[in-house]
Amino acid sequence: QIHFVLLVSRQGKVRLTKWYSPYTQKERSKVIRELSGVILNRGPKLCNFVEWRGYKVVYKRYASLYFCMCIDAEDNELEVLEIIHHYVEILDRYFGSVCELDLIFNFHKAYYILDELLIAGEIQESSKKTVARIISAQDQMVEAAKEEAGSISYIIAQAS
Amino acid sequence: MNSIFSGTRLRDMIRSIRACKTAAEERGVVRKECADIRASINENDPHDRHRNLAKLMFIHMLGYPTHFGQMECLKLIASPGFPEKRIGYLGLMLLLDERQEVLMLVTNSLKQDLNHTNQYVVGLALCALGNICSAEMARDLAPEVERLIQFRDPNIRKKAALCSTRIVRKVPDLAENFINAASSLLKEKHHGVLITGVQLCYELCTINDEALEYFRKKCTEGLIKTLRDITNSAYQPEYDVAGITDPFLHIRLLKLLRVLGHGDADASDLMTDILAQVATKTESNKNAGNAVLYECVETIMAIEDTSSLRVLAINILGRFLSNRDNNIRYVALNMLMKAIAFDDQAVQRHRVTILECVKDPDASIRKRALELVSLLVNENNVKQLTKELIDYLEISDEDFKEDLSAKICSIVEKFSPEKIWYIDQMLKVLSEAGKLVKDDVWHALIVVISNASELHGYTVRALYKAVLTYSEQETLVRVAIWCIGEYGDLLVNNVGMLGIEDPITVTESDAVDVVEDAITRHNSDMTTKAMALVALLKLSSRFPSISERIKDIIVKQKGSLLLEMQQRAIEFNSIVDRHKNIRSSLVERMPVLDEATFNVRRAGSLPASVSTMAKPSVSIPNGVAAAPLVDLLDLGSDDIMAAPSSSGADFLQDLLGVDLGSSSAQSGASPGPKAGADLLMDILSIGTPSPAQNNTSSVDLLSTAGINNNPSNALDTLSSPAPPHIATSASAGGMFDLLDGLSPSPSKEATNGPAYPPIVAYESSTLKIEFTFSKPSGNPQETNVQATFINLSPDTFTDFIFQAAVPKFLQLHLDPASSNTLPASGNITQNLRVTNSQHGKKSLVMRMRIGYKLNGKDVLEEGQINNFPRGL
Repeated sequence: QIHFVLLVSRQGKVRLTKWYSPYTQKERSKVIRELSGVILNRGPKLCNFVEWRGYKVVYKRYASLYFCMCIDAEDNELEVLEIIHHYVEILDRYFGSVCELDLIFNFHKAYYILDELLIAGEIQESSKKTVARIISAQDQMVEAAKEEAGSISYIIAQAS
Repeated sequence: MNSIFSGTRLRDMIRSIRACKTAAEERGVVRKECADIRASINENDPHDRHRNLAKLMFIHMLGYPTHFGQMECLKLIASPGFPEKRIGYLGLMLLLDERQEVLMLVTNSLKQDLNHTNQYVVGLALCALGNICSAEMARDLAPEVERLIQFRDPNIRKKAALCSTRIVRKVPDLAENFINAASSLLKEKHHGVLITGVQLCYELCTINDEALEYFRKKCTEGLIKTLRDITNSAYQPEYDVAGITDPFLHIRLLKLLRVLGHGDADASDLMTDILAQVATKTESNKNAGNAVLYECVETIMAIEDTSSLRVLAINILGRFLSNRDNNIRYVALNMLMKAIAFDDQAVQRHRVTILECVKDPDASIRKRALELVSLLVNENNVKQLTKELIDYLEISDEDFKEDLSAKICSIVEKFSPEKIWYIDQMLKVLSEAGKLVKDDVWHALIVVISNASELHGYTVRALYKAVLTYSEQETLVRVAIWCIGEYGDLLVNNVGMLGIEDPITVTESDAVDVVEDAITRHNSDMTTKAMALVALLKLSSRFPSISERIKDIIVKQKGSLLLEMQQRAIEFNSIVDRHKNIRSSLVERMPVLDEATFNVRRAGSLPASVSTMAKPSVSIPNGVAAAPLVDLLDLGSDDIMAAPSSSGADFLQDLLGVDLGSSSAQSGASPGPKAGADLLMDILSIGTPSPAQNNTSSVDLLSTAGINNNPSNALDTLSSPAPPHIATSASAGGMFDLLDGLSPSPSKEATNGPAYPPIVAYESSTLKIEFTFSKPSGNPQETNVQATFINLSPDTFTDFIFQAAVPKFLQLHLDPASSNTLPASGNITQNLRVTNSQHGKKSLVMRMRIGYKLNGKDVLEEGQINNFPRGL
C-alpha cells in the first residue's frame, strides 16, 4: 500500500502531497522535511529506494522534480517505480510535455489526475487513455458550468 | 467570472508568492492573502469559495496553517454544482485527515453524492471516501459502496472496489459483506475494474479466513486463466509497458495467487505451470519486466513446495544480483534474505557478490547487504566473513562504521569459536570504531576477558599496544584502562606469554602513562576519566615503587570540576594515604564476573533490581559468590569482597563508577541497589553501618517466609524498590540464598521475566481507573497497558472518552475502548501501547483527560499518572 505521495522540487519546495494513511499536520511537515533532506542529498546513479522508519520510499527524479512514494517494507519497489512513471506519462500527455511550472500553477489538476490513478494508496487504472478520458470529461463539465454561470451573471448584470 | 469580485486571482497569488526573495517576504504575502480569505469567508459569498479554497490549498502546501478553511470544503461539497464539489472534495482530502472531527460532518453529503445521478459526482465521493474515511464513516457508508461495486459504469465499479479496500482495512468485521461483490469483479474484462477487484480480493483474503477459503475454492482457476491470458496476449498499445501487457495487473494477480497458494498444496499445484511460464518468458531487460519477475519470485517462494520452481526463482535472483542496475541488485538482496529460509546453500553460493555489495557506494544497498551477510554467517564461515568485514571497516565511510561495527560485534559474539579469537576481533573493531561502539558491547568484552584467566596477560598486552596507536577510540581506551588496572602486573612482567606473542618491554611507569593520558586528555569523557581513576587506585597497590607518582595524579583530580571525579579523588587519596593496611585487600583483582547474569541482564529482560535477586541462585554452583554473601550480611566488614553479591554488570558499574548517576548525593534515589558502592562508601566514611540498615535487613530475614508465600508481594519488592528499600533489597537477595540454598523460586521468577503490579491510575468520587501491565516478548521498550474504567457512581456515563498525552520520549498508541457507555458500577476496558525510547533510564508518565456525560451534563476529569511501576 502506498502511504503517501510527495512531489518535491530540487530546491526542496513541496509541489504536491497526498496522504493515504493518517498523519497529523505536524507529522506531515516533519515527514516532508526529513525525507526531502535524505532524498535530495542522494547522489545520482544510486538506487531509487530509501529505507525510512521501517518503510521504503521509492523516488525518481524527472527534470527538476522528485516524485516520491512511501510503501510498506514488503511491497514491490520496482512496481512503484512503474506507477510513478505511469503518473508522469499521464501528466505529460495532459499538459503536453509537462514542466514544473505547469504543476505549480495547475497544482489542482495534478491532484485530479492523481485521484484518477490512485485511491486508498492502490492503483486504480492501468490505461493512460482511460484516465485522460475521464479527466477531460470532468474538465468539460467544469467548463460548461462556468459558461452557464457566466451567461447568467451576464444577464443579471445587464438587467440591473 | 471571478474577476468581477474582490481579491486576487489564484494565478496572481502564486506569482506574487514565487516572486518573493526571502522567507519573511513570503510570510508577508501569505499573511495578507490569508487575511483576505478569512474576510471573504466571513462575508459568506458563495462565488468566492471556489477560489478561496484553491488558494488555501496552495498555501497549505507551503506549510502554513489553513484550518480556518476546513468548513469551506464542507460548504463546497454541499453545493449543487460539479465544479464546486470537485474542488471541495479535493480540499477535504488535502486539508483534513481522518482524525479530525469536522470530517464526521461530511458523512451526510457523501451519502447523498454516492446516490447522485451524475456518475462523476459519485466518483468524487468514492474517491474522497476511499482516501480519508475513518472507521465510523466506513461503517455508515459501507452499504452504499457495496451497491456501487455493481454499478453500470466501470469507472464507478473500480472506484467502489478500492473504496471497499479502505473500508475493510478500517473495519475488518465488514469483510464478509464484500466477498460476493468482490468475486463478481474477477470476471471483468475492463483492466481497471479487474485490477481493483483483484486488489479487493487480496485485501479480503488477508483479513478474513472465510474469504480466503472462498476465493481459493471458487476463483483460483479463473485467476490462473486470467493471468495466462494477459501473459500470452498479443500487443495491446493501451496497456503495453516495455513489451509487457499491463504489468500492474500481472503483479496484482501474482500477489493474490500468492495468498491463495500459501499453505495449500492443491492450489499451489494448480498455479505451477503459469508461474513457471511467467518466470521463464518475462523479458528482463526493462524495469517493468523485472517488477513482474520480482513479484513472481516472491509468489514462488511463498506457495507450497515445488522445488523445481524454486530453483528457477533462485536463478532469477542470482541474475538480479549480478545486474548492473542498482535497483535490481537492491531487490535481489532483499529477496535473498527470504530465500535463505528454504535454500541456504544456494544463497551461500553468492556470498562473494553479497560481500561486495556491503562495500557499495549506495547506502541503501550496503544496508541490505549487511543484513543479508549477517544471516549468512555460520560456525564454518564466521572467521572468513568477519575478516572481510573488519578489513572493510578500516576503509569504510565514517557514517557506515556504526552499523557495520555493530553487526560485526553481534556476529563475533554469536559465533565466536574461541575466546582468544573473540578478544582479537573485538580489539580490532574497537581500534577502528571504538567511538561508535555501544556500551553493552564493551561491557560484554570486559566480562569475557574477566572469565578468560589464561588470556589476561595476553589481552592486557594487546590492549596496551592498541591504545598507543588508537588513543582516540574512547571505548578501546576504557577497556584498556580497566585491564591495566586489573592486570597491570601481568603487563609489566610479561606473565602468561602465549606462543604467538612477541615479548614487549613495558615499565610500570609506561603503564601509568597510558592511564594518566586518559585522565588528562581533554576530550576523554567522564566515564573514561572515572575508570582511569579507579585503575590508578588499583595500580597504586600493584606498583608500590611508583605509588608516589600515582598519588600525585590522583591528588590533582581533587581540583576537578566534575563532582564525581573530585569526590572519588578525595576518597581514593585517603585510601592511599591513611588506610594502607586495608588498601591491598581493597584493590584486589576483581572476582570473575558472572557471564550468565550479564547476558540475562543485557538481554534487557530484567530490571536491575530483579537481577540482584536472581543472580546468587545462578552463581552459587560455581562457588565463587557464596562466600562473600556472608560479608554482605556483616555490613560492618571492611572487606570489599562483599561487592560480588551484586551482579556482574552492577559490579562493573558500581566499582568502576561507570554509572555516574550514582554519586553519593543521588545514590539514595537511584533505582538500582548499589551494594558495592554503598559498601565502599561505608568503608570510606569509616562510618559504622547505620542501625536502620541492620534493622531492615533483619526484618527482611524474618519476613522471608512471608515473601515466599506471597509471590505478588515478592514481585512488588522486586520490581519497584522504593528508595528506603535500596539497601535491603540487595541484602534480602543474599538472605534468600543463604536460607534457601538452591531453591528454584527466585530464579524461576527471573526467567519468566518481570511482572508488574497493577496500579490505580486515577480515582475520583465517581470514577476509578486501573492499569494492568504486560510486556510483549522481544521488545523491552514496549508495554501493553490495559486500562479498566470503573464507574463508582449510581448513574450511567455516556459518550465516555479517555485521552492521554505522554512526553516526547514515549510513544502512545490507543486502541478503541470496549464501549463508550459505562453503566453504573460497571466497567469498560481500553488497551494502550506505550513505547519507551528511554527504557531503563526514564519511567513512564502520562497525563490524561476523561470526558463523559452524566445525567446529560458534560463532565471532564483530568489527572497525571506518576505511579507507574519502575522499569517499564
